[in-house]
Amino acid sequence: MDFELLIGIFPQVLLDGLVLGFMYALIALGYTMVYGVLEFINFAHSEIFVVGAFVGVEVLLTLKAVGWLDALSPFLVLLVVLLLGMLASGLLAVTVERVAYRPLRGTPRLIPLISAIGVSFFLQDAVRLFESIWRNAFNLVYPTMDTLNIRFSLTETIDISVKSLVVIVASLLMLWGLHTLVNRTKIGKAIRAVAEDQAAASLMGISVNRMISLTFLIGGAMGGAAGVLFGVQYSLVNPYTGFIPGLKAFTAAVLGGIGNIPGAMLGGLVLGLLEAFAASYLSLLTGGAFGAEYKDIFAFSILILILIFRPKGILGEVVRERA
Amino acid sequence: MIRRILDHPVWATVLVGALLAVTFYGVSRFPRSIVVFMLFQCSILLLYFARMPGWLKGLLTVGTLAVLMPVLGSINGYYLEIAIQIGIFVALALGLNIVVGLAGLLDLGYVAFFAVGAYSWAIFGSPQANLIFGGSFFPLPQGWFFIFLLVAVAATAITGLLLGLPVLRLHGDYLAIVTLGFGEVIRVLANNLDKPINFTNGPKGITPISRPPIFFEPVLRALGIDPNPNVVYPLYLYFLVLVIVGVTVLVNRRVENSHIGRAWEAIREDQTAAIAMGVPMVRMKLLAFACGASFAGAVGVLFSAKQVFINPESFTFMESIGVLAMVILGGMGSIPGAILGATVVTVLNLQVLKGLSLWLNELRNAGIEILGYNLANLPTQLEPAKYERMVFGLILVLMMIFRPQGILPARRRQRELGEG
Repeated sequence: MDFELLIGIFPQVLLDGLVLGFMYALIALGYTMVYGVLEFINFAHSEIFVVGAFVGVEVLLTLKAVGWLDALSPFLVLLVVLLLGMLASGLLAVTVERVAYRPLRGTPRLIPLISAIGVSFFLQDAVRLFESIWRNAFNLVYPTMDTLNIRFSLTETIDISVKSLVVIVASLLMLWGLHTLVNRTKIGKAIRAVAEDQAAASLMGISVNRMISLTFLIGGAMGGAAGVLFGVQYSLVNPYTGFIPGLKAFTAAVLGGIGNIPGAMLGGLVLGLLEAFAASYLSLLTGGAFGAEYKDIFAFSILILILIFRPKGILGEVVRERA
Repeated sequence: MIRRILDHPVWATVLVGALLAVTFYGVSRFPRSIVVFMLFQCSILLLYFARMPGWLKGLLTVGTLAVLMPVLGSINGYYLEIAIQIGIFVALALGLNIVVGLAGLLDLGYVAFFAVGAYSWAIFGSPQANLIFGGSFFPLPQGWFFIFLLVAVAATAITGLLLGLPVLRLHGDYLAIVTLGFGEVIRVLANNLDKPINFTNGPKGITPISRPPIFFEPVLRALGIDPNPNVVYPLYLYFLVLVIVGVTVLVNRRVENSHIGRAWEAIREDQTAAIAMGVPMVRMKLLAFACGASFAGAVGVLFSAKQVFINPESFTFMESIGVLAMVILGGMGSIPGAILGATVVTVLNLQVLKGLSLWLNELRNAGIEILGYNLANLPTQLEPAKYERMVFGLILVLMMIFRPQGILPARRRQRELGEG
């Protein structure tokens, strides 16, 4: 076995894994926040993410059509796109909660989950329908922005592109912002109170419904941001792209301890790194028998193993069983 | 009004008989009209609702399914194809109904068992197995098809047990996610196990898969019918599906009212109470997984023989959700519900959406103008036939919000709700 090669690619793989991990962390936040408040898996979150990606590509294509894409600073453009994507995804998440989840509150656990799966499938085809009518194509490509594709060489074998840096910086900023919001503000305290005990929170004068909507708004916005960043990083989006990243992000949330915000961030990073290493090392270590195509199986196996042996995750505390 | 007629045995018989006759005649007159065929299907549904003596109802049902339907199928082969598809999905829905409806375990990877069944026959019923074991011993003779129906039942039941054992400690939504992951794992395996040893031939799929043997060929010859495989196979497969569905329904009904079925429902309603009452929880849950899986296995064998070609694309997450939508639409835990759900969803996908697609295409080609908009400019990507997910999604959401018990709720559940 070529140890020099194995060690040589290590830093590059680490870097790729970090980029992927931050993306998972952003999506995982949406799952974990909703689970923390409602103890419910928001299966449609992967489509909230996709809608963010599509809003991003639409805005960029529009800017390109009017010729502003090259005229404006790429970072300004990216900021605008990111904010619009977050807004759209956040509002969509709130709407979905209002229409498809709120009427089902208080029913057996499986009922809202099935409804969420339905929403997820519906949104996939809704995006496809919209794009088919609007552009007569639903596999869209993010327009290239030259500045973002510049690569810095760190050493001879390792380099990093500007867009990867953007992903890392933007994710760090958002994670820090969320952390501050939840832990240092009154609103954050109210959200935590609702997660702890809805009835008691409402006795303390907190509007439970408003806090739940807010949770969906924030989680959705994070998902939307992840969607835009995903599009910038990997270029190609279609209405069905969300499923696998969504499932992985859920894995990340469970890995970190579902309901736990720092846990989701940690879980995202760990999963991203594991996956990047699996993708590059599996085929090297097994002599080509198992290639990168097994990285999905690898992630799912992790999910299944954690759920079976440590369902509370790395940072999670024991969640009491609810009937 | 219709309800009152259907409650009166004599009128109901007359009405349903007349409807069946008229729509049957309609389909034979207009073999290309999907609407007329759907009316025929509706009259079969009315037959179910009609109150009439049991023997008469049975006779009419058997007559419709075993005589009228094949005749229509020989007029327009596509209807037979639809009927076969419906049958396959009915059997799948009934299998999932055991797991989700009776035992209350949400299985989002059900299609994995279907895949295991399908691949078991696909590998051994085609030259594919030669690549694994060497030699040129395969494909197995056609007669092995029937043995593989049983082999697949055993294989998928074991797979169900293997999946069930580790996940039993999970409950509710976690269980759902793990089964989803399992389904994906099976699909990714099917997609990639073309190396190092070629088991599944990867995304290219396996073909040609042997079809079941025409063992009754001498009988056909004696009757003076030419056993042309192109004519015989659709009818033959239709009757095979009918038999499998019949067996499935029978098993489901027997199980539902046995102590096993009651134990499942007890677990579904309140796990803790069920254990306290002495229900062996682990054994019952495993049994539910194995039972549900084995139906999917048998249908999988039939599916691969019918398709002659299979690849991993047939076993995606969407298929699992499709079957789930059928069970939910009809009513969880309800046998007639699962049948109705499977029929409605399949008809929606194969007839309504496809019909819409064809219709749109005609409009587009004709270039008709409506309100100053020339339909020839309709986006070409707009194909209603591709929007299965939207149908599934709408069914799931709307049913959960407005009628979680389904269209035809299970009798026992209805009684519970009525008394409570």
